[in-house]
Amino acid sequence: MLTKEEQPAPPAAAPPAAFPTPLQLLITFATISACSFGGVLAWARRIIVQERGWLSPEEFNEQFALCQVLPGGNILNFAVMYGCRCAGVIGSFAAVLGLLGPPVALMLVAGMLYRRYGDLPALHSVFASLAAAAAGLLIATAVQMVAASIKGRLRLHHAVAGLTFVTVGVLRWPLIWVLAVIVPLGIALAWWERK
Amino acid sequence: MKDDSGIFAGLIAIFALCSVTAVGSATSTVPEMHRQVVDLRGWIDDHTFSELFAIAQASPGPNVVFVALLGHYIAGIPGALVALTAMCLPSCTIAYCTARLIDRFRHARWRIIAQAGLVPITIGLVASSALVLARAADRGVATALVTAGSFALCYWTRVSPLIALALAAVLGLTGVV
Repeated sequence: MLTKEEQPAPPAAAPPAAFPTPLQLLITFATISACSFGGVLAWARRIIVQERGWLSPEEFNEQFALCQVLPGGNILNFAVMYGCRCAGVIGSFAAVLGLLGPPVALMLVAGMLYRRYGDLPALHSVFASLAAAAAGLLIATAVQMVAASIKGRLRLHHAVAGLTFVTVGVLRWPLIWVLAVIVPLGIALAWWERK
Repeated sequence: MKDDSGIFAGLIAIFALCSVTAVGSATSTVPEMHRQVVDLRGWIDDHTFSELFAIAQASPGPNVVFVALLGHYIAGIPGALVALTAMCLPSCTIAYCTARLIDRFRHARWRIIAQAGLVPITIGLVASSALVLARAADRGVATALVTAGSFALCYWTRVSPLIALALAAVLGLTGVV
């Protein structure tokens, strides 16, 4: 993730003065969101680290790692936490509003078009084909995650991933009950593996 | 559109639960959303679910906006806003409170262990989502080939996933699929 040429532009600014205002947060997160075809993370990083220089690459990774532990979408959590750091609760609201505004407006328009024209045969086969491709994309993501996690050697915690897949994906058990058992199990195993 | 007034309560219950159980990303709760709105409540059929997911995937923005599209299909614009709010508010509140507390726990051993313990679960959940959606999108040989082709393009090449989606749209438009 980190490369040398991405040092942020303004290193001299005093930290409090360098924090963006709520309006800047709103505009920046709306820009990120509107650009972000094919994944928000890449665009968030590009705009916040490289273009605006609001965070160094290291700071960005640190903040983002934390967002992955918490429930909810990574980027959404990032917007809340970064907004909070910059301008408190108003900052969080501004960043989330910016992040969700453009795609939600687009979703509402798409939803209306789908309800009205979704039954046209030509469009129907476009959607069917798109759905199949979207599934392929997600399979690729899942396989990449599995490959990155295994890296040549299987360990006990991969059984946790397998168990989650079988119970939730194959058997379709309710998520809440699966998580109630598997989260303590996964954490206990992580503790045991690091002992 | 359904006129059942309990529908909003249902949307809130489903998505608030998904919000706090979304480990890693909103996509990890797709199997649970599918189970609730397709299998249990019958608000949406299997094919529509997968098509709406595809529309959300093809659009910019965080994955969580798929929920707005689902809510819109079930109960119009109010449904979209209710579903999205239910999906975002609990997890955002947790994130906000965490941001307030964070510096205390950054190097805490339990935080590092808890984070590591959740990683394989996230992977299992994303794989589950992939399975659920691949099944929902499957309508025969042609769609299975599109899924396989899209997988190959996204896994073995570095082209943008949008290329795969655009190609699929063209195949659908020309009647190949």
